[in-house]
Amino acid sequence: MKACLLALVLVTEAWAGTPSDTRQQQLIHLLKHDCGSCHGLTLQGGLGPALLAEAIADKADAFLLTTILNGRKGTAMPPWRDFISPAEAQWLVSYLRHHQN
Amino acid sequence: MMFSRFLLLSTLLIVSVIGHAELRATGDLGLVIERERGTALIINSSQKTILKRIEGLGDLSHASVVFSRDQRYAYVFGRDGGLSKIDLLLDKIEKRIIQAGNSIGGAISQDGRLIAVSNYSPGGIKIFSSDTLALVADIPAIYGDEQQSKVVGLVDAPGQRFVFSLFDAGEIWLVDVNNLQQPLIQKFKEVGSQPYDALLSPDGRYYIAGLFGESGLALLDLWQPELGVTRILSDYGKQDEKLPVYKMPHLEGWAVADDLMFVPAVGQHEVLVINKRNWQLLKRIPVLGQPVFVMARPDGRQIWVNFAFPDNQHLQVIDVKDLTLMKSLTPGKAVLHMEFTPRGEDIWVSVRDEDRVIVYDTERFTEKARIEAEKPSGIFFSARAHKLGL
Repeated sequence: MKACLLALVLVTEAWAGTPSDTRQQQLIHLLKHDCGSCHGLTLQGGLGPALLAEAIADKADAFLLTTILNGRKGTAMPPWRDFISPAEAQWLVSYLRHHQN
Repeated sequence: MMFSRFLLLSTLLIVSVIGHAELRATGDLGLVIERERGTALIINSSQKTILKRIEGLGDLSHASVVFSRDQRYAYVFGRDGGLSKIDLLLDKIEKRIIQAGNSIGGAISQDGRLIAVSNYSPGGIKIFSSDTLALVADIPAIYGDEQQSKVVGLVDAPGQRFVFSLFDAGEIWLVDVNNLQQPLIQKFKEVGSQPYDALLSPDGRYYIAGLFGESGLALLDLWQPELGVTRILSDYGKQDEKLPVYKMPHLEGWAVADDLMFVPAVGQHEVLVINKRNWQLLKRIPVLGQPVFVMARPDGRQIWVNFAFPDNQHLQVIDVKDLTLMKSLTPGKAVLHMEFTPRGEDIWVSVRDEDRVIVYDTERFTEKARIEAEKPSGIFFSARAHKLGL
């Protein structure tokens, strides 16, 4: 129940707002350089899978959002919730959806 | 009139010849990778100057470099599978190929004639002539039910061999390339879950892979490979909660002083000190973040440590004499890599988000120089040419 409530809060918050321009630049920087150390600077993959629009086309938003915020157990993907808010993660997901190499 | 024109012409000729004949040695040169631009700076580590920016090296996230034994050429391994041979004397790319879809690093053979590249996709290693970059052998990392594994921790080893680890398969392969028509592959299976990187001891005897999927390290004694791979430190940190890892540690440090080995702890704010005589944990040194590189100064007296996000603005230095922290520095946002000058009086530190490389005096911890570089990552000096495993 608690988990459900938390998820609901996360989803609601996720749509709460678009990050500021400055924050968007920071997120892109983070994506390129920090996410990029596993997923590649150009997001074509590395130790982690490719994150290009085409590669994530069949993944639901909720799945990507949860993966960013909570990480994925049993893999090298860490949770980013201490550094990225749900709204920011949602913005990143839509950025990735439109990101062409 | 005719004669004076001749004189003028020959004077010009001499001047231009002398101009071009400025001699350059390569023993104190190196490359600084500019990861976002896909460029590399040829630098002189004695003068602390940039000689030339080399453009067009492709995707250089996670790029690494090895050097020819004559120290004239640098081979750059890019993330996009690019392999570029840079001429340090003529400041240009001599040859560049795209050899795979996704690549992680490489090594040069004992005799200097072969370049091996480890690939994520398609998983395996490919071996090229260091002279022409022509493909001479292809070794796919096939395991289990025809699956193909990402390859990490590729190093050269004495006896014209290469050693590497299979991240997905949990295997270590030892390849003898004396006969390129028929490379001899020895496979060590079930070495541990998700080996993420490896190192070779400076004497070329021990190959040690760090494990991400479980505690401990996998050890292969190349003097007695018939003994197989043994696990060391498998009990270490088992009961401790593992912190999220925001950047994979790298294994590229070994202090020979007192037979000690220093490695980053995965998911912990610690550097582990291992006694090489019995492979037991001697000490856990608390540091301020998760270590990424744990590098020994060439004389073995100091260990320099950088950290994963979000603590990557710091550096810490361990005094090997009594295994305590002796210094903390804050070079700036996103310290990615470090490289010592051949005898260790200086260390070059890349600070990605500040767009600079800082040169520190390793005795006084003072700044000696700042070099502007765009989003610098790896720093590689040509002195690596004569070191096993680098």
